[in-house]
Amino acid sequence: MAVAEFTIRIFAQFLAFLGQVAALAGETLLSIGAGRIRPRLVIQQIAEIGFRSQLVVIVTGGFTGAVFTAQAFFQFDALNMETAVGPVVALSMFRELGPVLAGVMVAGRVGAAMTAEIGTMKVTQQIDALRALAVNPVDYLVVPRALAMFISMPFLVVECAGFGILASYYVGVEVLGIQGAYFFANTQKFSESSDIIMSLVKGFFFAAIVVFISCREGLEAKNGAVGVGRATTATVVNCSLAILIVNFFLTMALNIVFPAG
Amino acid sequence: MMKTEPLIQVRNLVQKIGAQEILRSLSLDVMAGETIVLLGKSGGGKSVFLRHLIGLMHPLSGSIIFEGHEITTLTERELEPVRKKIGMLFQDGALFDSMNVFDNVAFPLRESGERNPKIIRDKVAESLGMVNMTGHELKMPVNLSGGMRKRVALARAIISPPDVILYDEPTAGLDPIVSDSINKLIRHLQRELHVTSIVVTHDMVSCYHIADRVALLNEGRIYFLGNQQELRDSTDPIIRDFVDGRSGETIY
Repeated sequence: MAVAEFTIRIFAQFLAFLGQVAALAGETLLSIGAGRIRPRLVIQQIAEIGFRSQLVVIVTGGFTGAVFTAQAFFQFDALNMETAVGPVVALSMFRELGPVLAGVMVAGRVGAAMTAEIGTMKVTQQIDALRALAVNPVDYLVVPRALAMFISMPFLVVECAGFGILASYYVGVEVLGIQGAYFFANTQKFSESSDIIMSLVKGFFFAAIVVFISCREGLEAKNGAVGVGRATTATVVNCSLAILIVNFFLTMALNIVFPAG
Repeated sequence: MMKTEPLIQVRNLVQKIGAQEILRSLSLDVMAGETIVLLGKSGGGKSVFLRHLIGLMHPLSGSIIFEGHEITTLTERELEPVRKKIGMLFQDGALFDSMNVFDNVAFPLRESGERNPKIIRDKVAESLGMVNMTGHELKMPVNLSGGMRKRVALARAIISPPDVILYDEPTAGLDPIVSDSINKLIRHLQRELHVTSIVVTHDMVSCYHIADRVALLNEGRIYFLGNQQELRDSTDPIIRDFVDGRSGETIY
């Protein structure tokens, strides 16, 4: 009985959480639609979210591409299929790893910072001060972050995948001795523009996940510094899990629109 | 003589936080242009009451009528025009951490659409001058003392003088000289700009300096409402304990 009650309570909390995130997303999109946009804040956030996230995304994409190439080479070499390493890595980077890695890294770097900043504003009454000054917190805090995220994320995803493929080329050709012309030709042959589109579509969804979960956690933060810490942890965990779960369903759905191979 | 309508009418306001009943059918009328000082024990619901007046909290029941319109049922967006007429000074200032003093004070002007840098500069300088904070424009809030933060917050609240200002302990933590300048400023705003003020304070010196009427909040209700003379003359033990600063406890 207690287990059933506990399960129902957790499920109800999960539904409430989804409802709050959806409500925040709806309110933000309505504000954007109504033109309540502060361009200066959007540019500031693009610098914070997009520009300053590049290093972490490039390093993650690059080294993932490099290690993936090495492991694929060790397996394919035994079958004399080492030139297949290029397309395998390229497809994986564009269709799966690029968006997921960029999403998770942005959740850790940017999402956590968003929650901490908005959460601190909440517990120190700065959000109440905004409201008291007739400034809607969603317009002022969430809209610029959401727009900046939607603008930045496609670039970050492509950067992550692109540097993964570049690292793959370097490791495959320069370190492991795959013939460059075959590597390049096969990669080009099996990669299509639909792979990049899939990458961008996923990036857009992951941007929405990170920004709305992070802002929701910040806006709902309570109980001082401890509460902000909890909210920040919750952001990283919830965003990462949501990205991984949504990625599976997006892969299945997008594979119907853009079939692989 | 025709009786004028109160600017703010509060009727039977009820609020609970957790299981604790903070406001129990609180009623109060605030007339335009007057300064009401709200006294009461710490944790007695004074700040909670102020937050209701600007729509930061919604009551469980009861009504607040501002300029003839019910505000307790309004949404965040619908409250925006009301909030443009009511300013609030928060207890700890609630300055924006990410902005320096200048940008904090200029914030309401910029948000109201003012783009002329000279007008913004002049008005910020004037507001900071009124609270003796000239020369601190480039400091970040984290580098200010509690009293300085409060004064900057006051400058922000008065830069576009609203019709009503709610002060949550404006002189707490300030030295007597700065407290006196804040009291004079509240008086100045009332006399020159006819600003209506509701001031939550424990500072009796401040109370006697600025109050047109004094309200004492006790057990979630307005226990006393009258002018300064009536407060001084009261023989009610609860009022006397508060006014004279007696706890009623014996020290062994």
